[in-house]
Amino acid sequence: MNRRRASFGVAAVALLGLLSGASGVAREKEAKASAAANSAPALLIRNATILTVTRGTLEKGDILIKDGKIAAVGSGIKAPADAQVIDASGQFVMPGIIDCHSHIAIDGDVNEGSVSVSSMVNIADVLNPDDPAIYRDLAGGVTAANILHGSANPIGGQTIVIKLRWGQPAAKLPFEGAPPGIKFALGENPKHSNSRVSGMPDRYPATRMGVEETIRGAFTEARDYKKSWDDYNKRAAAGERNLIPPRRDLKLDPLVEVLEGKRYVHAHCYREDEILMLLRVAKEFGFRVQTLQHVLEGYKVADEIAAAGTGASTFSDWWAYKVETYDAIPYNAAMMTRRGVVVSVNSDDAGEAMHLNQEAAKSMRYGGLTHDEALKLVTLNPAIQLGIEKRVGSIEVGKDADLVIYNRDPLSAYAVVQKMLIDGRVYFDREKDLAGRAALEQEKKELLEKARKSAEKKAEEKKAEEKKPQEKKPEEKAKPPQEHRDEGGAR
Amino acid sequence: MKTSRMKMRVPILFAGCLCVAGMAFGQTVPATDTVITHAKIFTLAGAPIEGGTVVIHEGKIAAVGANVSIPAGAKVIDAKGLQVYPGLFDPVTQMGLSEISAVRATVDTTEMGSINPDLVAATAVLPSSAHIPVTRAAGITEVLAVPASGGFDSVRATNLIGGQASAIHLAGWTVAEMLIRKNAAMVMDWPGIETQSFDFSTFSMKEKPYSDAKKDYDKAVDQLANWIEESRHYAQVAATSGAVYDRDVKLEAMIPVVRGDMPVLVFADKARDIRNAVEFCQKQNLKMILTGGSEAWKVKDLLRSKSVPVILRPTLEYPMEDDDAYDRLMTQPAELLAAGVKIAFGSFDNSFARRLGQQAANAVAHGLAYEDALKAVTLYPAEILGLDGELGTLETGKIANLIVTNGDPLELTTEVRYLFIKGQLTSTDNKQKDLYEKYLNRPPATN
Repeated sequence: MNRRRASFGVAAVALLGLLSGASGVAREKEAKASAAANSAPALLIRNATILTVTRGTLEKGDILIKDGKIAAVGSGIKAPADAQVIDASGQFVMPGIIDCHSHIAIDGDVNEGSVSVSSMVNIADVLNPDDPAIYRDLAGGVTAANILHGSANPIGGQTIVIKLRWGQPAAKLPFEGAPPGIKFALGENPKHSNSRVSGMPDRYPATRMGVEETIRGAFTEARDYKKSWDDYNKRAAAGERNLIPPRRDLKLDPLVEVLEGKRYVHAHCYREDEILMLLRVAKEFGFRVQTLQHVLEGYKVADEIAAAGTGASTFSDWWAYKVETYDAIPYNAAMMTRRGVVVSVNSDDAGEAMHLNQEAAKSMRYGGLTHDEALKLVTLNPAIQLGIEKRVGSIEVGKDADLVIYNRDPLSAYAVVQKMLIDGRVYFDREKDLAGRAALEQEKKELLEKARKSAEKKAEEKKAEEKKPQEKKPEEKAKPPQEHRDEGGAR
Repeated sequence: MKTSRMKMRVPILFAGCLCVAGMAFGQTVPATDTVITHAKIFTLAGAPIEGGTVVIHEGKIAAVGANVSIPAGAKVIDAKGLQVYPGLFDPVTQMGLSEISAVRATVDTTEMGSINPDLVAATAVLPSSAHIPVTRAAGITEVLAVPASGGFDSVRATNLIGGQASAIHLAGWTVAEMLIRKNAAMVMDWPGIETQSFDFSTFSMKEKPYSDAKKDYDKAVDQLANWIEESRHYAQVAATSGAVYDRDVKLEAMIPVVRGDMPVLVFADKARDIRNAVEFCQKQNLKMILTGGSEAWKVKDLLRSKSVPVILRPTLEYPMEDDDAYDRLMTQPAELLAAGVKIAFGSFDNSFARRLGQQAANAVAHGLAYEDALKAVTLYPAEILGLDGELGTLETGKIANLIVTNGDPLELTTEVRYLFIKGQLTSTDNKQKDLYEKYLNRPPATN
């Protein structure tokens, strides 16, 4: 959600997101992309300060990339004869930033708010590779993002992790092998605290008690459903004949995957009590909450979060935009880290994602994290939270060559991304971006001119038409209403 | 809930007082002279002074320099290794007017009706707002509290004239103690030609044909023009000795505006709207301050030629159009300044006021000279609002609003060690730090 444009308020937009229901048309169903094809020659990044995140900082180091993977990290690495070389003297390389909470690249609205359990809907069905936010967030150093359903419902839609492969079709966006997820939401948003309007129908739940019961109710159903399938499968495996399989339930299938540990729960939450509530419910049903999202009061119950093995993905310094964020403090990430929680800092906002490196840096000031700990907030830790840490999140041999090159230490407000690599391929190059601007401007001018001429021509034709003797024209068909595009999730 | 929290906080506050004896929690107490020594002083009125001294006397800067004698009996702060800057000035906030933006009961930014020039922000500024100390901790010593300026999650009504913004210090037991200038600027929300609008009856965006949008726009501009015309007549009559006329509080409030004494914060972002607003203000002889200005770069020559300064929205966001360069808002400050347009940075939102320095630093990363960035959060907003005689630099005679830091105040990791408002050493403790300390000391969980 772009705050700048929120002249009528985020609350209203959030509500819009809740109510305008209709999701976009599925572009690519079941987008199952294989690893991006990589026939590119080897690539050597030379002479950079390398922030490996897991193995300290290497001054004047080199990174060799082959087949989209990091093949070697060290100094004085010899480039293969055909290798492309990036001279990064005086520059800093760090692992690509991973945004654990994003709503970019979604075609249409992010909320299916008509029901309180909307686990049947899937963000994967509405990935939009043409969203310019992909490019802009790339330019801010983000290589992978967790694309979530909004927070209208206690149990929301299915989520998907993508790589920001700008220019590739939707089928190439999903992060291969990343565990699928599902959005949960607690507190003010699912109980519609800030979006209740007279004349609009309300729905259960309207309290935090109701939120808990909605979740418990759904998992009680899911548990029975799973049992009926387990029984069926068992009897079928035993050779029993003429069995009637249970009826498939698209709402409960993903919840069964949660119960089986195959689908990660990413739960929007703020207040300490609701955090503990969800951890209790999860324990009751025998699953683990993978991440608490926002979790701005996480610092109050950090021990309990750590004990549950649950990650926390929070904001750097947002606060006071609603009651449940009034006790938010910028020390949250550092405090939870110190109590043993795996913590990340996320954007939840396409614009915010352009400077997550800076947002991570704030935890050095607020709470005293070290440079490496602060870096982890936007690299290794979100990778762990999304189950992709074997592939990304640090600069290590064998990992994907998803790298950002900055002109200076990225934990500074003065750092600017110079290049971005995903799978060893340069997806953003600031020099090229700058060099290409004049041409783009020219193209835009020409297109506008073309549109203007065409409009003039049409107007003339219309005039000529009107001068003709009256003919009965067919009734113009009413246009379908323009669908509003919600830019982000309801926080 | 709120009451109980406040009760809980009382002992913490008192404990804080004991620890830092002599620190004023926002109050004004009779002061002896205070002196900051051995600091690198960025006066912003000349080159930085190494190993310099600042003398504060009765709330004002009494002396700044490398060779300044320390008055007898003065309280001395040895700032070796530290740096001194003017306190930062955030020229667009809803400070004290909005506490929790989603909760209407805590928001007093925007009145009903479209013409409200008689409303004054200072009336509704809550001196004990939790935002004030939080913002102060980021080195911000003064702000403009701006009515009808939106803010995060707040619904902005269609105000044409939204009321008067008040310049306030971020310390004081009462608004009277906080005031710098009560009637600092008039707020005008430039109507714009909006082809999309939000329909509250159906909760959806409604597309409007351009011709209808233009009609609405013309009507709004007519209304504004008529209003200013009326105000001008009223001002004339009011200036005529012996004239008998019916007093009108709204028209009365417009007198300094039509006389060109009070600047007008004109909120506009799109190039077309800015152009129209500039033309209007020129015609009406209004002292325009463009506020927002997302597309100011497109009309920079116009802004320069008409001497219209700009208070810029946060740089750290997406630009207006999908095909704008991704860093458009970050490169714009340097571009405007190079074109001769005066700029200042604003947070436009209480909750993000502390990002003011970060906004400026990002502009530096995209071409703005560092010194200009510093000035764009100190001196330039003061100049734009006509307060540079009192604030904005560290010069003899100015109000002693200053910060002592361990580094560059625009950088993310810099800490404010000492903060002075009206010459008073003022605490940087706040609600968030209290919560930090409280929960830092939570014993390990037992179950």
